[in-house]
This record gives sequence, C-alpha cells and structure tokens, in this order.
Amino acid sequence: MAHKRRAMLVDPLVDNNPITLQVLGICSALAVTSSMQVALVMTIAVTLVTGFASMFISMLRNHIPSSIRIIVQMVIIASLVILVDQVLKAYAYEISKTLSVFVGLIITNCIVMGRAEAFAMKNPPLDSFIDGVGNGLGYGLILMLVGFIRELFGSGSLFGITILPTVNNGGWYVPNGMLLLPPSAFFIIGLIIWAFRAWKPSQVEEREYEIQKVEAH
Amino acid sequence: MEHYIALAVKAIFVENLALSFFLGMCTFIAVSKKISTAIGLGISVMIVQAITVPANNLILNYLLAPGALSWAGFPDVDLTFLGLISYIGVIAALVQILEMVLDKYFPPLYNALGVFLPLITVNCAILGGSLFMVERGYDFGESVTYGLSSGFGWALAITAMAGVREKLKYSDIPDGLQGLGITFITAGLMAMAFMSFSGVKL
Repeated sequence: MAHKRRAMLVDPLVDNNPITLQVLGICSALAVTSSMQVALVMTIAVTLVTGFASMFISMLRNHIPSSIRIIVQMVIIASLVILVDQVLKAYAYEISKTLSVFVGLIITNCIVMGRAEAFAMKNPPLDSFIDGVGNGLGYGLILMLVGFIRELFGSGSLFGITILPTVNNGGWYVPNGMLLLPPSAFFIIGLIIWAFRAWKPSQVEEREYEIQKVEAH
Repeated sequence: MEHYIALAVKAIFVENLALSFFLGMCTFIAVSKKISTAIGLGISVMIVQAITVPANNLILNYLLAPGALSWAGFPDVDLTFLGLISYIGVIAALVQILEMVLDKYFPPLYNALGVFLPLITVNCAILGGSLFMVERGYDFGESVTYGLSSGFGWALAITAMAGVREKLKYSDIPDGLQGLGITFITAGLMAMAFMSFSGVKL
C-alpha cells in the first residue's frame, strides 16, 4: 500500500507528467515563468489547490449527484482559490500583483478539474490528496524548469540573485531579452517535451502519415 | 469611438489572449487539428466572451465593488473577495443558458456548436477575459468591446493554428517532437509574429 502511494506521488513527475503527457494546465502557467520566485509561488499555490480540492471532492464523492457534479467541483475549487488569493494578498502583496489574474485562473486550470474528474470521484480521500499533490508537483517541476532557463538566461539571475553579471551592470553577460517575452516559453516547453520523449521513447506520439520508403530502381 | 477601436485592435492583435497570455491553451492545443472544428470553437468562444465580460462587469459594479450595494441600503459592504466564485458561476450559468436557448431556437447552430459549449466553461480565456476587465477597470462600453474583440482574437489564433497543423501533419518531424512538441514551437513562432503588432498605435 505504502509502495502504491509513493508511486502515485512520483508517477506524475516524469512518467505521467500533467503538462508534457496529459496536456493539462498549460493555460494559466506559462505567463508566470519569467522569474523563478513567481514560478515557485505558483507551484505551491497549484499544488495546495489540487491536493485539497481532490481530497474534499473525494470526501463528498458519494453525496454528489452526477448531473450537478461539475458545479459542485467548481464551487469547491473556487473557494480554495479564493483562500489562496486572499492569503497571497495579505502576506505577499508584491507577488500577488505580478501573478495578477493568474491566481484566479487556477480555477479553470485543467489539472485541478482533470484530477477531480478522473481520480478523486473514484478513490478515497487520502489517495486523492496524494494524487493531487503529485500532479501539482509534476506541473511545478516543468514550471520551475522553464522559470530557471528564462530567468538565468533572460536576466542573468536566479530568485533575483545575480548569477551571470549582465553588461548593463558592468559584467560580461549579454542577456537574451527574447527569453523574457511570451514566445520563448512556448519554445522552451516544446524543447522540454522533446527532451522528455527522447528519454522515454514510449511517450512518443503516433505519426498520422508515414513517408514511404521508395525502392531504388 | 477612436478609443474603442484602439482597444479592439489591442485586444485582437497585441494582447492576444491565446498567444501573449497563454489563455485557453488546453483547448487551443487539443482542438486545433482541423480548421472546421477550430472555427466552430472560435465562434462559440467569441459569443460567450461577448456576453460574459459585460455581464460580469455589471455584477462587479452593482453587487460586489465597495459601496456598490448602496442602492439596497448597504453602503459599507465590500464583497470583492467573492469575485472569483461569482464570475465562474456567471460563466457556468450563462453557458448553460446559451446552450438551452440555442437548442430551442437555433437547432442548426446548436448542432454545430453543441459539443464545444460545455468545454467553454473551463476555458481559461473566458475567465481570463473577465479578470482582465476587473483588473484594468473597464467601464460597460469598454467591456463590451473588450469581450467581443478578445474573443475574436482567440478565434483568429486557433483558426490560424489549425491551418498550420493541417499542413504540418504531412511533414517529416523528429520522433520526440511529433505532435505536442512541434505544436508548441509553432505556437511560439505565431506568438512572435503577433508581437510585431505591438508598435501599432491608433
């Protein structure tokens, strides 16, 4: 049992990553990865919301009529997100300003709904909680990785601490401003997916069309 | 009038919801394999966006904002913390109503859009539009313009994406990049193209 629970926690990190394999939750995530600090806060917020939302939904799963389950799930998720939003506004006002609308968008983050529908409606609370946390962390892993690349090469720092002194401040590193703009996040995610799939070839998608080999005459 | 046109151009091209704020990405990636379905989804998003943003604007100004309840005799009440749950509630309810109205009065349209409507409730572009409206403090006229044009921008992006992907499936792509990977990189290139509008001022 303990082994199964550990697998539930670790599986979504690489083998069944919500972003690279399940294509969930890309929506609200990429815009917040231009610095590590913001990415970290977002990771914590999403992990907490997925974990607890899965747990509460799983506790109520036998009492929710299936015709209104989406609304019930939405209300639970939205209440948790309001909680996170209020806490951030009270204790980390600067960060909540940078995250702007993206905290609110955790509500429509497909990971939360996806796990609630696919896992929490069928499993007991503790398992659902672990599954939710695992998926939140899998999402966070990608987020932090993108944040790391974008902040290090885009502004030469990590968590706001200078690692590569930039030319503007008398150093030697010419920052790549492109990495601070939205398109770079798409490229980095694309390349991360490529790397993941080169490492785990079982995740490669089927081709729709194959180029035929032509016999030489 | 000029003000509204400038706002619309900004919402469609410069601040495109899909390509510069990454909103609605899940559906953007998942439903952009064929042009016809992409157009259907794009139109539904546009309609829902054009209704929900102004509706949430009214909710904010007459129910939630500090002092908004003074017409009911509660001048000191501030309900802005209920914002998120109200907006998503309004969106879910409106999508449901829209679905019923279409089913009753416009069956052909319902058959064409029917499958996409439930998807839209959890589309971040819709909630994102309302949250941007709140954050930027649009008035009613501006939120009508913003809702319509941001929805149009999203529709434009997903249609263009579907067009690219229809051709892309014939090309010889490295195994690991197949499918999802190359779609992201294409989206990145499109986002760069859209960024070139950023200098446009009206």
